[in-house]
Amino acid sequence: MKIRESFIGIALMLSTAFWVTGCSDQAWNNPHPAEDAGKNILYSNFSGPPKHLDPVISYSADEGRFIDQIYDPPLQYHYLKRPFELEANTLTALPEIVYRNADEQPVSAEAEDLAYSDYYFDIKPGIYYQPHPALALNDDGEPYYAFETAAEASQYSALSDFAQTGTRELVAADYTYQIRRLADPTLLSPIRGLLAQYIQGMTEFAEPAKEARAAQQDGEWLDLRTIEFDGIEVIDRYRFRVRLKGKYPQFSYWLAFHFFAPVPPEADRFYSMPGMNDRNITLDWYPIGTGPYMMTKNDPNEAIVLERNPNYRDDFYPAEGEPADRAAGLLDDAGQALPFIDKVVYRLEKESIPLWSKFLQGYYDRSGVASDSFDQAISIDAEGIALSDDMRDRGIKLDIAVMPGTYYFGFNMLDEVVGDTGTVEERERKRLLRHAIAIAYDQEEYISIFYNGRGETGMSPIPPGIFGYQQGEEGVNTSVFDWVNGKPVRKSIDYAKELMARAGYPDGRNAETGEPLVLNFDTTVSSSGGASHDWLIKKMKQLGIQLNIRGSDYNRFKEKMKTGNAQLFQWGWLADYPDAENFLFLLYGPNGQVVTQGAGVNSSNYDNPRYNELFREMKLMENSPERMAIIREMIDITQHDMPWASTFHPHSYVLNNAWVYNSKPHGISKAVLKYMRIDPEQRSAMQESSNRPVLGPLLLVALLVIVLALPGYVGYRRRLNHRVNTVGRQR
Amino acid sequence: MLAYIVRRLLYAVPILIGVNLLTFALFFVVNTPDQMARVQLGDRYVSEVAIQEWKVQRGYDKPLLFNTAHEGPAAVTETIFFEKSLSLFALDFGKSDAGRNIAADIEQRMWPSLAVALPTFAIGIAVNIAFALFVVMFRASLFDTGAMILCVALMSISGVFYVIAGQFFFAKEWNLVPVSGYLSGVDAWRFLLLPVIIGVISGIGGGTRLYRTLFLEEANKDYVRTARAKGVSELTVLFRHILPNGMIPILTSVVVVIPSLFMGSLLVESFFGIPGLGSYTLEAIQAQDFAIVRSMVFLGSVLYIIGLLLTDISYTLVDPRVRLS
Amino acid sequence: MEVFDVRVHLLWSDILIFILVASLLCFVVSVLKNPLARGRWAKVFESRIGAASFMVILFYVLIALTDSLHFQKRLEATAESTDVHYAPEMTSVLDLILAPMLDRDEKTYSAPFAIYSFAKENIESDDGTVVREFPRLEHGGSHITMEEQHVADIVVKSLTAIGWTLVPILIVLFIHHWYIRKEDSRLPWPVIYFTFAAIVVVSSWALQMSQYYHVLGTDKVGQDVLYGAIKAIRTGVLIGTLATLVTLPLAVLLGISAGYFRGWVDDVVQYIYTTLNSIPGILLIAASVLLINVYIETNPEQFKLLSDRADFRFIALCFILGMTSWTGLCRLLRAETLKVSQLEYVQAAHAFGVSRWRVIMRHILPNTTHIILIALVLDFSAFVLAEAVLSYIGVGVDSSMKSWGNMINEARSELAREPVVWWSVIAAFILMFTLVLAANLFSDRVRDVFDPRMSGSGDNS
Repeated sequence: MKIRESFIGIALMLSTAFWVTGCSDQAWNNPHPAEDAGKNILYSNFSGPPKHLDPVISYSADEGRFIDQIYDPPLQYHYLKRPFELEANTLTALPEIVYRNADEQPVSAEAEDLAYSDYYFDIKPGIYYQPHPALALNDDGEPYYAFETAAEASQYSALSDFAQTGTRELVAADYTYQIRRLADPTLLSPIRGLLAQYIQGMTEFAEPAKEARAAQQDGEWLDLRTIEFDGIEVIDRYRFRVRLKGKYPQFSYWLAFHFFAPVPPEADRFYSMPGMNDRNITLDWYPIGTGPYMMTKNDPNEAIVLERNPNYRDDFYPAEGEPADRAAGLLDDAGQALPFIDKVVYRLEKESIPLWSKFLQGYYDRSGVASDSFDQAISIDAEGIALSDDMRDRGIKLDIAVMPGTYYFGFNMLDEVVGDTGTVEERERKRLLRHAIAIAYDQEEYISIFYNGRGETGMSPIPPGIFGYQQGEEGVNTSVFDWVNGKPVRKSIDYAKELMARAGYPDGRNAETGEPLVLNFDTTVSSSGGASHDWLIKKMKQLGIQLNIRGSDYNRFKEKMKTGNAQLFQWGWLADYPDAENFLFLLYGPNGQVVTQGAGVNSSNYDNPRYNELFREMKLMENSPERMAIIREMIDITQHDMPWASTFHPHSYVLNNAWVYNSKPHGISKAVLKYMRIDPEQRSAMQESSNRPVLGPLLLVALLVIVLALPGYVGYRRRLNHRVNTVGRQR
Repeated sequence: MLAYIVRRLLYAVPILIGVNLLTFALFFVVNTPDQMARVQLGDRYVSEVAIQEWKVQRGYDKPLLFNTAHEGPAAVTETIFFEKSLSLFALDFGKSDAGRNIAADIEQRMWPSLAVALPTFAIGIAVNIAFALFVVMFRASLFDTGAMILCVALMSISGVFYVIAGQFFFAKEWNLVPVSGYLSGVDAWRFLLLPVIIGVISGIGGGTRLYRTLFLEEANKDYVRTARAKGVSELTVLFRHILPNGMIPILTSVVVVIPSLFMGSLLVESFFGIPGLGSYTLEAIQAQDFAIVRSMVFLGSVLYIIGLLLTDISYTLVDPRVRLS
Repeated sequence: MEVFDVRVHLLWSDILIFILVASLLCFVVSVLKNPLARGRWAKVFESRIGAASFMVILFYVLIALTDSLHFQKRLEATAESTDVHYAPEMTSVLDLILAPMLDRDEKTYSAPFAIYSFAKENIESDDGTVVREFPRLEHGGSHITMEEQHVADIVVKSLTAIGWTLVPILIVLFIHHWYIRKEDSRLPWPVIYFTFAAIVVVSSWALQMSQYYHVLGTDKVGQDVLYGAIKAIRTGVLIGTLATLVTLPLAVLLGISAGYFRGWVDDVVQYIYTTLNSIPGILLIAASVLLINVYIETNPEQFKLLSDRADFRFIALCFILGMTSWTGLCRLLRAETLKVSQLEYVQAAHAFGVSRWRVIMRHILPNTTHIILIALVLDFSAFVLAEAVLSYIGVGVDSSMKSWGNMINEARSELAREPVVWWSVIAAFILMFTLVLAANLFSDRVRDVFDPRMSGSGDNS
């Protein structure tokens, strides 16, 4: 009996514990700490640890989400205006460009003897860095933290352990220091090779920097200011100049990247102190900037936290935008001081499924729309795309934007079967084969099945919103589409079959040998997987082509691309900057994967002399009707040659919970957090009302256990009685 | 005793070298250092020079196993294998291929792993023993047969199903616990509840069955029969004799897994987004971060060997007749 | 080999499984010859659970075997050439049986027995306006003209299907029962009859209903889920059996020689299995699977067809699973051999100068057979379960191969949908659960009979 009583005691205790926690004002399933409820915090997520946060190394959108809030490059994109427009960020005005000839004399932009472009930058005074231990000074004005040995660093395990912080005004020399860092070969900046073609003295900087490092002891700090850099000059405290070789109009776009954000030399010194690297305290991990936010916690296993930079400069919400922005309430906060949100918590969330559940429960403020949850979120009817009733009831708002990006289904043009190889006649036959495949690859159906229609079939590499994109009949790819009743209509499979016959593969069989045509689709194992492969096989089968899926891990895939051993593949490109050059270079011959040993972006290895020539011409031009004509000719060439079977431009759908304001997707810039505003009270109310725990099933389970245990108990009693009676007969 | 432990530890050295050789062989056949560099450096505008520099910085520029450029012992020591595996024996894990300090990561991620694994382990054993006792109490009845069939049925369900069903009902449909995630500190319990419950439930089938067998073996021993024949009540027999004596084989059999609890559970951690060592390893495999995988394999082997040693020691503790020699 | 219009093209896994079946048959024959073993095995089948679970396993294995007879269909000759060519894709005998489920793909998800698609589509109505509606399925329930008939049609068709199957079965069973009436058999015939009838009725019902409906719905690209789940049986059964093909020789050879020869042989074997054992299994498997992928990549000319490559990966996976799991059995065998070789008659055999080989074959191996058997059946279910986990981690079978693991993996996102897509996961669950449960129950029975000490259900008090 005793035992049973204690059981009851435990059960009582457990249920009280449940009751007590259940009575606290927080929902049971809230994944955020209770004490943060009701605060002006934006909750977001990240899917994997960012690899690099150093502004010269980082080159992915996942990392840009964090550091673009922290680092302040000279230029930025206007938040609301479309097409994308650059404006001064930390500068007083857009940089002044002076073209010079070899004798340093100013010349016009079109001059034949143009040798250099000088960019003059003028920084706003009074911009201060975030509080940071690297800038902490002792009473003598010397750095507060100056470790001689690694042992001194051993008591610190994170940046927050450094109690002393300081700040300092942003000066021109910080920007030029960062350009030196870009040029430093040991830092492995991904765009060093590209920029070295243009920035004067960047290539030459590498050798002395390497030598200086070799002369040093391991781990010693190399002050890059001591090394000569021909092309950059600090004019005074707030002004500096960068010299480019020749002309490079796209340079302005790079100036809006974190690659050109200021880094104080003190920070570089601080992070180079002995022992810091071993404690994972590096610039690659703890950014330092002048931007609206600063990183206060970086635990990629759990959460990354950005907090408002208390020293942030005067910055105000824009007062102009697109015509529709006022009606959408995007101009309601015009002229207000930025940023609005105090703190942003990014929680680690590796999978899309829990992420979506938590968004619906109100624990994340914003969410993308995964393919699987699409029908739940979005309804498409005669009027167009809208939120589903369920979403509307929750007050959720939808942002749709065309991404400046292009996904394509490409051919390897060096391939023996589908490529641009062999005699003139063979090349034509292979072109016809590509043409047939392009028709059979029903991009519209692909988008509708695997992207729920979140994208549009591309007619050229250039996505909407970028100069060079043409809409309607003039833009249509006439190789694949007919223009019927004001709509593009894909050519018929019968026509494609006819092309197959002319290509020498009637019904997908080699006309001479009768052998069935087998093509290979190269892909990575991890990507989208079975369903889309099945679809692709089905489509190719329409032409009688047997499609073989060659999946491999990412390394192998890269290797195949690099060596030109792929046949068919899917690939994508998201714009670095909104210029046609950034897309058309995907087919520029010298950018070929094989000729550049894997460095180039032209994964089809397409190489057409006329196209290459036009590309070089187009690249240096300002947007103009002449440029448009050249782009049109380039596109015509690609539509004839078909290095890509098909392209599509993805649309981005972002859902915002009712309490999120000022959200407008920006296809290029990630530095948009400062414009965002939330209403925490509205959020708390909704979280409580929609997350009531359901206890019924639990009680049912408990009841079931009791019911199941009952026969056992009865059996036990019977057995005890039985035992008493028959004890003599038991062995 | 001490001499025995020392000898066992020495015996572990060739095993650990073997483990290292095996992982090394497997991973470097899969991936050349060039490919590793490419993965780490990303895929936009990567130059050959950058790859070479990455290899030098990470120490992957040497030959794998044998350096023909050197003579004598240097031919063996100036290699990736020697440099990378020797440091492991000093438990110096070095840096991951992505540039993070592995030891610091392990130190941090060990706690969430333990927070899931320890309760699952302890509660699991307790529940299994309780259930097994319960079943033994009603042995040779319809209840016993039913319970055993239920156990087999529970064992026949893939662990993945438990997780999927648990998440679906408890988190999605009933709003009882957060769907996934983790917070360090006191808030952690809300996140641990579901993984622990699922971990326990998925182990009930096998555990109960095994412990029942052990208890039954005890129940059939002569002294128990004698006690029962003397008229000692069934409950007293169960708790005085069967339970304490049956515990001995149970405890000695579970000792081996205790050190490995540090490693966490691959499946549960990655399903529930718990940032422990299990998901750390899985991420490393998926990212092909060889340095981390190598360290984790090594750590796992060390813990396993410690577990074996603990098992031996626990035998002597519970049974004085066993001598370690 | 050419038969009719097809070319028989056996995959390596097909050949291996038939070798395995053949050796199993040899084993059965040897058991039947040996009265002692025969008596013991009879005990296994005399229990109701043993007989029923064995029949279920047998049914699964039969499906797997029919699905392991692959051939290529002949392509029609072209006008230009008279050479004979064959379709590159593989068809199995099972595909012929399941023909009603093939080539009836819908566009995307549809629920079991549904006649409407699961996802809305833009449909142009007669007056030219576009409405977003659930479209009718192309194949599922396409014979139904009025919606009201739907439920009635399912009921009527089901009853007819069941009725038409039950009648012949009852007749067959009755004849059989009348025929064996006089024999003294201890086999639990009612249970056997019942299991047999249940299996036949369910499969025939599913097959017949598939002509009209998607019995278990369709998946994301509109393929029949039931078809996928049945095709996955081959994967499950083969992974369970082929892996043991690797485990067995390694474990037996190394385990017995370590226990028998001792000395340095023992040391080496112990070293190998402690080393292998101490590496966390999943890590070892993941690394090895990556290795296999590399091999496939570097030798593409050997794997021209998708099915060849998937098959190679599959065999490799079985091999790796076997390589990582032989240590347990090896250790058991070593301990048992140590014990057996101390027995007096074995010692005596030595004294008489019987060769070591003969001693092993005559005395040691027969004395350890029960350990091997129990381990094998237990391993079988463990391998089937492991496949699901491995697929989740991404190192499982090829994604082009139908498997329960791949189905479950997809199911995770399906369950997050609203409304929930539950049929895929349920289909995988039921088929997998049935097989593993049957295997576990059967192994229990085998253990009870051959190793009463570790008995799971007997109570000797």
